[in-house]
Amino acid sequence: MIEVIYILWLRQLKRYWRSKARLVGSLGQPLLFMVAFGFGFGPMYARASGGANYMDFLAPGIVSMSILFTAVFSGLEVIWDRQFGFLKETLVAPITRTEIMIGKTLGGATIAMIQGLVVFGLTYLLGFRAESLESLGLGLLFMFLIALFFTGMGLTIASKMKDMHGFQMIMNFLIMPIFFLSGALFPLENLPPAIYFISRIDPLTYGVDGLRGALTGVSAFGVYNDLAVILALSAFICTVGAVLFSKIEA
Amino acid sequence: MQNILSVQSLTKKFDDFTAVNSISFDVEAGSIFAFLGPNGAGKSTTIKMLTTVLKPTNGEIQINGFNVLKEQDEARASFGIVFQDQSLDDELTAYENMVYHAVIYKVPKKERDERIRTALEIVGLWDRRKDFVKTYSGGMKRRLEIARALVHYPKILFLDEPTVGLDPQTRKAIWSHIKTLNEERGMTIFLTTHYMEEAEAIANKIAIIDHGKIIETGTLEEIKEKNETETLEEAFLNLTGRDIRDENGEASNKMRLMGGMYRRRRH
Ligand SMILES: Nc1ncnc2c1ncn2[C@@H]1O[C@H](COP(=O)(O)OP(=O)(O)OP(=O)(O)O)[C@@H](O)[C@H]1O
Ligand SMILES: [Mg+2]
Repeated sequence: MIEVIYILWLRQLKRYWRSKARLVGSLGQPLLFMVAFGFGFGPMYARASGGANYMDFLAPGIVSMSILFTAVFSGLEVIWDRQFGFLKETLVAPITRTEIMIGKTLGGATIAMIQGLVVFGLTYLLGFRAESLESLGLGLLFMFLIALFFTGMGLTIASKMKDMHGFQMIMNFLIMPIFFLSGALFPLENLPPAIYFISRIDPLTYGVDGLRGALTGVSAFGVYNDLAVILALSAFICTVGAVLFSKIEA
Repeated sequence: MQNILSVQSLTKKFDDFTAVNSISFDVEAGSIFAFLGPNGAGKSTTIKMLTTVLKPTNGEIQINGFNVLKEQDEARASFGIVFQDQSLDDELTAYENMVYHAVIYKVPKKERDERIRTALEIVGLWDRRKDFVKTYSGGMKRRLEIARALVHYPKILFLDEPTVGLDPQTRKAIWSHIKTLNEERGMTIFLTTHYMEEAEAIANKIAIIDHGKIIETGTLEEIKEKNETETLEEAFLNLTGRDIRDENGEASNKMRLMGGMYRRRRH
């Protein structure tokens, strides 16, 4: 059981590690966002909030963003496995669908976590600091849970998709809104009711708020509420994914 | 003799098209069973259903005493398969592909290296084991897929056109090894091939499928006798007609021009 999960996990890490282009390329976006938004909106934010530092607000959001994209993408990679035929090899093996789901979720989550850590390192270079060592520990937990949830979500979607044709639609109508309306870039205050509502059912909202609360001590819902929500959501999505995964055909 | 595989009224429909039409057959434990038929006859679709990759529209399958639809995990532990189409990870090395397979098929850890080595040596890839699969030629990839299936010892091994695209030397080596596995371990072999002489040389029992229906079963001798032919190829052509199949498995005259060529279709 453990060994099976390990080999599935290891395969994903090897693939990630070997695609240096993907590794480097996926750092461009967070860096751009941080520089553009950080310096662009920084002064405005400081004025509006009475002197608060926008980088403190933005950095946890950008870390969450890079985890979101990497995690969803890792989950969706199963579709490529299907197209290139490798999925069959795993699916006909005498291993349970739960083992496959766990292995793939942990693999994707680990990759997303590594990506998040690298971006976290970048924010450090740009002057962002965690409050204390404990808050750093709690922050890492949030990062991992965000990674877990969105990998599970990617896998769940992938189990229902036959090919990559729906990829753009998922990015534009699901992942982008999840990112923009999560409070990663701006505070979720004084919003029109519809947007407010969406932001409250957006899973990333609780991840971002929790991570920000853990690292900087400022959160809208309270760190432990965020923790409870994201934990419950992760457990839920992984269960749904495992059920759907048990039904897929190669 | 006991049956390791038993199929009853197995059917697969893709929308309106019936690819496999209520076929029934049994395969004896320890035998070598050749499943023959023209392109598009429904061979791969049948194998995919037998190996849990596709869900049948209708019918029952028993492998090694397990109901393939209800006891999937137990059934999967009983078979191995070489698919017709590619199923390797290009971004891993050959050796890594082998290890991945050995682990998910639960080959005991201490036997793993030895078995991988033996399998790679049979197909002549031991020296290239550290190369990425994406740098392999088509035939080398095929050899690797076969080697991979030889790492664990299933009760029944499905081979969907295993030797397509391989040179005669390799084909010979692979069949002789498969025959050894069959004789020494009592491993049942279920194979499809378009090389009639391969089927003639190795199979104990033959079934011919066309348009999703089994139109003939028996031993080589029985089939030749019934059709009053000298060779299996003659019998095959008499049974399935001499026209070349188009994409829908229908006989097509315009493709007759292409002569005796058949394409390697992978899906
Ligand atoms: N996923 C699918 N959707 C629709 N039709 C399909 C699908 N898979 C197979 N078919 C059709 O089912 C029929 C049987 O295909 P199958 O792959 O089983 O043939 P085969 O006997 O293996 O042929 P070959 O010798 O060319 O490999 C073909 O007409 C094929 O077009
Ligand atoms: Mg086929």
